[in-house]
Amino acid sequence: MILHSEDLHRIARDEQDRRDGFRHQVHVCMAAGCLSCGSGEVKQALEAEVARRGLAGRCQVKGVGCLGLCAAGPLVAVDDGATRYQGVQAADAAAIVDALGGSPVERLRCSGDMAFFQRQTRIVTENCGRIDPERIEEYIAAAGYHGLHRALTGMSRQEVIDEVGHSGLRGRGGAGFPAGLKWTAVAKAGDSLKFVICNADEGDPGAFMDRSVLESDPHRVIEGMAIAGYAIGASQGFIYVRAEYPLAVKRVRHALAQAERLGLLGNGIFHTPFTFHIKVRLGAGAFVCGEETALIASIEGRMGRPRPRPPFPAEFGLWEHPTLINNVETFANVAPIIRNGAAWFSAIGTEKSRGTKVFALAGKVVNTGLIEVPMGTTLRDIVFEIGGGIPGGRRFKAVQTGGPSGGCIPSQFLDMPVDYESLAQVGSIMGSGGMIVIDDSACMVDVARFFMEFCMTESCGKCVPCRVGTRQIHDLLARITAGQATPADQATLEDLCDLVRHTSLCGLGQSSPNPVLTTLKYFRDEYHAHIHERRCLAGACSAAGEVV
Amino acid sequence: MQADNSPPGGQSSTPSSPPADPRLRLVDRTMQLYHHEGHALIETLHAAQESFGYLDEGIMHYIAGRLRVPLSRVFAVATFYHAFTLKPPGKHTCVICLGTACYIGGSRAILDGIRDREGIAAGETTADGEVSLVVARCLGSCGLAPAGVFDGEVAGRLDPQQVLDRIGRWRHDDPA
Ligand SMILES: Cc1cc2nc3c(=O)[nH]c(=O)nc-3n(C[C@H](O)[C@H](O)[C@H](O)COP(=O)(O)O)c2cc1C
Ligand code: FES
Repeated sequence: MILHSEDLHRIARDEQDRRDGFRHQVHVCMAAGCLSCGSGEVKQALEAEVARRGLAGRCQVKGVGCLGLCAAGPLVAVDDGATRYQGVQAADAAAIVDALGGSPVERLRCSGDMAFFQRQTRIVTENCGRIDPERIEEYIAAAGYHGLHRALTGMSRQEVIDEVGHSGLRGRGGAGFPAGLKWTAVAKAGDSLKFVICNADEGDPGAFMDRSVLESDPHRVIEGMAIAGYAIGASQGFIYVRAEYPLAVKRVRHALAQAERLGLLGNGIFHTPFTFHIKVRLGAGAFVCGEETALIASIEGRMGRPRPRPPFPAEFGLWEHPTLINNVETFANVAPIIRNGAAWFSAIGTEKSRGTKVFALAGKVVNTGLIEVPMGTTLRDIVFEIGGGIPGGRRFKAVQTGGPSGGCIPSQFLDMPVDYESLAQVGSIMGSGGMIVIDDSACMVDVARFFMEFCMTESCGKCVPCRVGTRQIHDLLARITAGQATPADQATLEDLCDLVRHTSLCGLGQSSPNPVLTTLKYFRDEYHAHIHERRCLAGACSAAGEVV
Repeated sequence: MQADNSPPGGQSSTPSSPPADPRLRLVDRTMQLYHHEGHALIETLHAAQESFGYLDEGIMHYIAGRLRVPLSRVFAVATFYHAFTLKPPGKHTCVICLGTACYIGGSRAILDGIRDREGIAAGETTADGEVSLVVARCLGSCGLAPAGVFDGEVAGRLDPQQVLDRIGRWRHDDPA
């Protein structure tokens, strides 16, 4: 079956009619977080309750993707977010059904409701928590695949690239490279065989944006990849996804099968000459495979070790053919840009960082979960307004962005706008969007040690500065936290950081000193106390603590 | 290196029994799906580990032969990626997340608790073969830190006592 545009509209209309037939909508979060607190049983209980009262034709109970406030799961949203419930148990089903159309069940209502939900701007996550990720019809009814249709039937390849270029979209996987430039480079490469790869390796330990998008709205990523395939002249795509995300893998596979069945992937899409297929490839738990050249090696079935660039994958990628690699969130922005135009997108955000960014807010913050805000929102707004501040009467100490490649940002920068340049200026990076809030119970030297341990175990071992340097730095940090270091050790530490940063082969090694350098810069007193007074200011390091 | 085309098994220590082990079916199917191309190695190893619980020498020989890749490469890939294990797992597997959010949230104390009571560190299995402890680098459930997985079931907001209780229940439920 191959769709015409009328078919697309018909599917959307039918779906809308189906929806309008229900007086009430009860959405139950079926993303990994809520599922692990029992949202599956909650959904069953609600369905049973609705059926028992003979309301099945009037009230729809449906599983949706991430509702955002993961800390308070299982979450239920009634009538498209008019009321949100948190911590719902199966036993609450009757009360929730009772309250439909009347006043809500107060004891279950989301308290953090207002700021957390109101302060967000949703592009990438516009369908998260709204549609059933396992039904393509719902995605189509939410204007899904209209962008692909528009690109294929109304725009030249160059026009698509220009639209993405003018939007100002930058890569969301870490480095923030302008998407339009990358697409242009691959489009220009003279080879008849090209590939599109979606980087869903999401290795930053503390980040779950890509997982949520794939679990909640997989078609958005597929559509973005297909548009990219058309623009650069590729007919084969790969989604490289971490094996640690079984639910995301399952939903993506399911979505691919549905898209193929409707001819939205395959040969002659929308009766144009464009052909596009997508395959899923599983990662196998190596952080370095998020790096693009390592990722390519992994898809080829080899050890995931990076190689020097240039040549960049844009000219010399998968099986030596020109390859476009973008992050999940980058692709997730593409369809809305094509649908609504570059001007619409570039009006959001800041001068150099357009659009929104999805962050995984975690650590010592009240409202942990998934948020999407315009670029340029301040850290204070994110942590204290949307995030609800620090729990347990503790004090804010730092926020860590960019994972093992990023840095720790102290409170004096809370009013800084979050964009690529500002974060780089204070020694951190945007990264993929992990944002970990740290309170005063944590020792910053230990945090630096934690990240260095991560880089040490994840180093692929190919280049010496990274393989040996990360271990040396780690051991020095361990000595400091154990209260056994000398002032000379700190000098060595700083030298080593400089060396590893400038001589490593890939981004893993090059950026691994960032957590150490930022803590040295902003929390130098903590290093000083461990080394000179043999004590831990946070009282977190046991060995140092003995000498208080 | 000599690759072997016959199904694995034979020796008593391998998890497979000769000749047509039903557990090979998933492995064979995966290789077929990729037309026995060498780049299907990682997918095939995933399938093998899913069927057998771990990768032993026999199965690595078998895959090397079928995909026509050197055994050295199979071994290199199997040891490079953290997802693969060459040791048989215990009857139950407890995964504790040591990603950033979970570390900040106190997963270190959970690991210490397990070490003190069960006497195992990350990557080890108790002497009675009951419980394996695995450390993960983020399960993507950071909103529920500290998080873990108990025999495939994700659980969040863990504390040491809760984890030890769960492990205790495993022991209790399958009397030796
Ligand atoms: C060590 C390392 C790990 C990386 N991990 C990821 C990752 O998990 N996800 C991702 O999208 N990009 C990751 N990257 C960045 C990729 O190499 C690449 O720049 C990115 O996928 C390009 O997509 P974008 O332009 O859309 O951001 C990593 C880079 C390095 C050096
Ligand atoms: S850090 Fe533990 S689930 Fe992400």
